[in-house]
Order: sequence, then structure tokens, then C-alpha cells
Amino acid sequence: MAYDEGLKSELQKSGIFVLPFEQLYNWGRKNSIWPLQFGLACCAIEMIASAASRYDLARFGAEVFRATPRQADLMIVAGTVTKKMLPQVVRLFNQMPEPKYVIAMGACAISGGPFKDGYNVLKGVDRFIPVDVHIPGCPPRPEALIHAIMTLQRKIAGQTLGQDQRWYEKSATTEFPIPAFGAHDLEPPANREVWQPPRNYTDVTIAEVLKK
Amino acid sequence: MIEQLRETIAQAVPGVTLEIIQSTPAAQQPALLVDRDHAFATAKFLKENQQLDFCSCVTGVDYPKLGQIEVVYHLYSVAKKTGPVVLKVRAPRELEQCRVPSLTPLWRGCEFQEREAYDLFGVKFDGHPDLRRILMWDEFTDHPMRKDYVPPKDYEWEPTPHDDTLTRAVEVAGIIPPSAREELEKAKKK
Amino acid sequence: MIQQISPIPTGMIETQTIEVSIGPQHPSTHGVFRMDAVLDGETVVGLKPVMGYLHRNHEQLAERMTWLASIPYTDRLDYFNSMTNNWALCLSVEKLAGIKVPERAEYIRVIVSELTRILNHSCVIGFMLQDLGAWGTPLLYAFREREKILDLFESLSGARMMCNYMRFGGVRVDMTDAMVAQAKDIVAKFPRFLDEFEQLLSNNEVLLARCQKVGILPKELAINASISGPMARASGVDYDIRKVDKYGVYGRFDFRVPLGEVGDVYDRYYIRVLEMRESIKILNQALRDLPAGAFVAPEVKLRNFKIPPGDGYGRVEAPKGELGFYLVSDEGGKMPYRYHCRPPSFINLTTLEDMCLGHKVADVVIILGSVDIVLGEVDR
Repeated sequence: MAYDEGLKSELQKSGIFVLPFEQLYNWGRKNSIWPLQFGLACCAIEMIASAASRYDLARFGAEVFRATPRQADLMIVAGTVTKKMLPQVVRLFNQMPEPKYVIAMGACAISGGPFKDGYNVLKGVDRFIPVDVHIPGCPPRPEALIHAIMTLQRKIAGQTLGQDQRWYEKSATTEFPIPAFGAHDLEPPANREVWQPPRNYTDVTIAEVLKK
Repeated sequence: MIEQLRETIAQAVPGVTLEIIQSTPAAQQPALLVDRDHAFATAKFLKENQQLDFCSCVTGVDYPKLGQIEVVYHLYSVAKKTGPVVLKVRAPRELEQCRVPSLTPLWRGCEFQEREAYDLFGVKFDGHPDLRRILMWDEFTDHPMRKDYVPPKDYEWEPTPHDDTLTRAVEVAGIIPPSAREELEKAKKK
Repeated sequence: MIQQISPIPTGMIETQTIEVSIGPQHPSTHGVFRMDAVLDGETVVGLKPVMGYLHRNHEQLAERMTWLASIPYTDRLDYFNSMTNNWALCLSVEKLAGIKVPERAEYIRVIVSELTRILNHSCVIGFMLQDLGAWGTPLLYAFREREKILDLFESLSGARMMCNYMRFGGVRVDMTDAMVAQAKDIVAKFPRFLDEFEQLLSNNEVLLARCQKVGILPKELAINASISGPMARASGVDYDIRKVDKYGVYGRFDFRVPLGEVGDVYDRYYIRVLEMRESIKILNQALRDLPAGAFVAPEVKLRNFKIPPGDGYGRVEAPKGELGFYLVSDEGGKMPYRYHCRPPSFINLTTLEDMCLGHKVADVVIILGSVDIVLGEVDR
């Protein structure tokens, strides 16, 4: 699209803003993110701290923590996701209306973190739901969460209407399958549509080495 | 002190076998190992006559070498401000025979802790009002704190910042990363 | 089409009980705790706590690593009070190994633990009032004070929440004069905040109406159900481990143990306010008397640290109650053979049903708030 930049800035001086509808729409969306009030573990306290007195998340339009997933459009996975909790996390994510975003806050939500070796700990929430922003830290400081929100705002600002977005495709599934409790583990242990285990170099290259 | 208590219990509870197990030399918390059949009577005596009204900590310990699982009770007295008296009960490790009497009828505080011991160790507490799993889900069949528990294999290889370097090292120079060395040796033997 | 309507019953209209699952995602369950409540109308006739949604296998992980490596994991048990958690593990290990802690380290431990206690209690009151419907204000006040204490902890240990500060035989780094001055400043200003807080809350008519005679826990039941900490003392159980065991240097300080009379939610609220005032007293004495000297026992070698075979149990008075560690060491002695944590908030939940029966479902939320649970510790 072509704009006359000179004219645009000329108009801006007199208080008239000319911009594509998409930008206006994204500007509105990114500055009124409503997170789900959903704390899992230690990181939840830092999440509250970032909404509380000193850090004041309201400066970024993201202070309206909703207790119900139906009114929220951002899920901050704040803390360790255990296998017992995971079906509820996926169910809450399913209940959120599109467009919806996920921030994986802290080492545990990203990969299991210090508790990765535990039998009841899920090794990363991205095995079941798509994650937009990962924040490292154990727990991340409130500044890090604010940075994650700003990163998400940049992502929202860059999205285009009607193209390549999960929620505009009629065929797209917005329901993610909820795993069942098995005798030893969750069944299935990961949602392969969302997450693929990375290529294992030992599988491929050792065979090649042996051939030589 | 503990010898005295042992004598008192032996007189009050006929037929009981008591054994003193020493703690670490510095801790000075010797324990009384009670046989399963007289555990409840002993605990009742301790509660009623020794004023040990506060059952602080209940847990299991797995001893595969002995073939036994031990349940440890730490008893304190709020009235006399003394303690702890450590009571231990042992049961065989096999799931069917792994039964000890529950002390929940005496101390309500044991309720959740005994459920936890059942969940994680598979110790069945006879006389417990509500013996269900407490931490793991109901469909779970293992007892994960036993020493022979095998965790599920959901631990997948994940990328590292050195990935490209490692792959190139294998491809070009034939340097095998230490993690893959075992597999390679196995493959060579075949 | 005419539908058949069943005839209206002529006798008494029978009510049916319904089961409501509160949690694990609920704004007032303080995390991922769940209660299966059976309701008759709005009255609670049955309530079963369901936990395990944050079971992170702390005990099993600790049995696979060295004694020292477990200290950062204890931070994540009760994530408000990492300092007292560290102390509980260090105290237990010191008990098993027979380590003597230098005097300065003991004083520093007391200072950071009492700061943790006022941090925890003010936040708990904030959360409880949040549950009552005072949306925001008390919690924001509490978090404002919390940040001041966390600043001190950060300069002391390098981390805001997960301090990982204590070591077997002492603490990791010394407290400098500037930090002591900072702590004195916090302690000097805290009573003013507490007065403000109390003026806002203690005689508030809504708070009194909602909290008094709600969730009464009788003294006998509290002892029998192993309830510890402020919750037991609110029911009139005179049991404070700082007074009973006199661990550390607590025997030297002059402070009182506040006791409740009724054992209702209001007593549990007010006991925390009084405990904060007593903590201020202890802090003033400890900061005044802080001796010079070593901050860690020089003979303790943390590398290749071993404990002789045997077992032992050590406990401290954490802000939530009796936090203890039962540790078993075997022949090698490098790693714990068995590592068990006795979490206060897990055991304090035993009587949740007894306290809630007969009350309205809205009261369940504040009763749970007054128990003061942290899920990292309930499920470990």
C-alpha cells in the first residue's frame, strides 16, 4: 500500500490520523490484553507483584486479570505444569476465545526447569499448547514479564488480518485435545500436532558415521 | 531416657517387641521399632499415659535391601513441651503384605500424611477412614517413591546452542559426542 | 404438542445436595488447590480437599542429589518464605552432622527469618482480605512493604524470591553494615505501616461481620490434628517452636507468644498482626546485638560434604507453622537416602472440612484464606 508520508504527517499535525484499518485494529488489541488470572506456582507471585504497586502492569494495558477464561485473551502459564494439572490447563486454553496468546513464564513452564527430572512434571507446556513468548528465569523478575508483554504487543502489532492466522481459517482446530490420565503417564505424552521432538542427531549421524 | 520408656511400654503392653534404633551420633533421636501387631496399642499407651498428644511427622522409608518399608512417626507433647519420641513400624515390601495399623484414630494429624505414604510408598494403613491417593491421580498404578520405581520415558532430546557444532563435528571430523558414545559402542558390537 | 407436567408435590419440598468442585483454577484457592464441596442450598455439608496439582517430586529429586544441592529446591517449597525453608533444611543437616554455627550467622539467620515472617504475614492478610472482597487495596499495601524487604534480600543474596542464602554451618555471604542499616530502616518504618493497616482493617465492621465466629477450630482438635503455627495459636494452643526448642539464638530474645481465644477467622487474622509486632521486637534486639565474627563455620567443607549413617528430624517455626525435615543418611553419606519434608500448610488443611461444615460457601473461601496455604508446600 502506498501512502503519501508527507501528507500523512501534515494531517497528523492537525490531529487527523490516516492509517490502515489493520493497524488501528491491532493498536486496540495490543493495548488491552486481558490476562487470565491463573497462577500455578512460584512465578504466580511475581506475576501478582508485576501487577501490584511497584511494577504496575496497568501501564501496558494488561492489568485486567480475569478469573474466567471466557473473558481472557492471554494465558500466562506462571509456574510448573504438572501432569495432574495439564488437562485443566489445556481445557482452560480451549475455553478462551480466539485470538488467544500464551506466555510461558519461567523455566518450569518452558521445559520443566529445575524439576525436569520429576515423574509428575511436564517437560514444557509447549508440548500441548502453542506458546508465543517464553521468558526464562526462576522465577523471572517482574520486569521480565513486562518485557514479555511488550514482546507480545509487538507480535500482535505485526499480525495481518485474515491471513495466516489460526482463528481465521474455517478448517483450523481451535480445540486442542486434552490428554487422559494413564496408569504411568499422560496419554498421549505430547500433542504431536503442536510439538515435534527436535531431530535427534544421534539417530541420523551415527548411522552415517557407521556407513563410512 | 529411651531405655526407661521402653521398660514402661513393655510393662503396659504385654507381648510387645521393642527394639531401639540409633540415629546419627549427633542427632540424639533414638527410635523405637515396634512390631506391627502391637503398634496401635503402643501408640495408644504413648498418647494416653505419656501425654504425647501431637503427632508431628509421618513418613515412609523404603529399604529394598531389608525387603521392608518403614513407617516413621515423630511424636511430641504439647502439654509437656517435650519430644520427639520416634516410633517406627516395619512391613514387608510386597504390595499385598505391605500393611500397618493406621494411627489416624488416635491422631487426626496422621490422616493426610498416611494417605501420602500410601500414595508414594504403597503402604496400606488398616483402619484409615479414607485411604485414597492424595498427590497422584487415581488412575496411577505405581508408587513412585519406592527405590525401584521406573519413571516414564518422556524425557526427549532437546536442542542446545551447540547443536550445529556437534552435528558438524560428527559429519566432518567424526567426533562422537559423549552422550552418543555408548550407543555407538553398542552398535559396533552388533 | 402438550407436555406432561409432573404434579407439584404436596408435602415438604425436598432439597437436593449438589457437588461443586472449587478449583483448581479459581481466583481464591491460592494456587491450584481444589475443594470438592457438597452443598445444601448454600450451606456446606461436606468438603474434601483435593491436592497434588503442584506435586513437583521435591523429595525424589532431593534423594538423587547431594545434600547441598537441595537448598535451592527448598526455596521453592513455600515460595514466600525461602529463608525459613533454607533454615529448616540447614538446621536438620546440622543436627545430623553435629555442626556448630557461629554466633553472627545465627543472628543473621534470625534477622532474615523474622523479616520473612513479617513479609509472609502481611501478604497473607492481603490475600485473605482479597478473598473477603476488599479487591486490591490491602494486597497492594502489603506488596508495597514486601518490595522493601525483597530489596534487602536481593542485595543480600542476589535474588528477590529464591534467596538460596543459607549454607550448612552459616550463611552464604556476610551482611554488610549498609545492609544492617537498611534492615534497621525497614524495621523502624514497619510499625507505622502496621498501624495504618490495622486502622484500615482491624475494627472494620465488614471484616468483623465476615470473620467473627466463622470457621471455629477448637483447641483439642487443633492439637489432635497436628495443627501448628499461627493457626494453632489462634485456637489457644501455647506452642511456638521458637520458645519450645529455642533453636538458633531464640532463647536470648525477649518476645511473647500471642494466643487467640475463640479460634475463628478473626483470631487467625489478628494473631498474625500481633506476631508481626513481636517479630519487630525480635528484629530490634537482633539488629542491636549483632556480633562480629565469622558468618560461616570454617570447618564445614561444602565440597564432598558427608553425613554419618543414621536419621534425624529437625524443625523450625516457619511463618506457616512447623516446618521439619526428616533425613536419613546411609553408608555413602553423600546424598540423602530418604529426604522428607513435613510441610505445615499441608497438615493444616486436615481440619478444613471441620471448620467449613455448616457455613455458607462464601465463608469457605475466607476460611481457606485464613489457613494460609502455599501450594508449593502443600504438594511439594
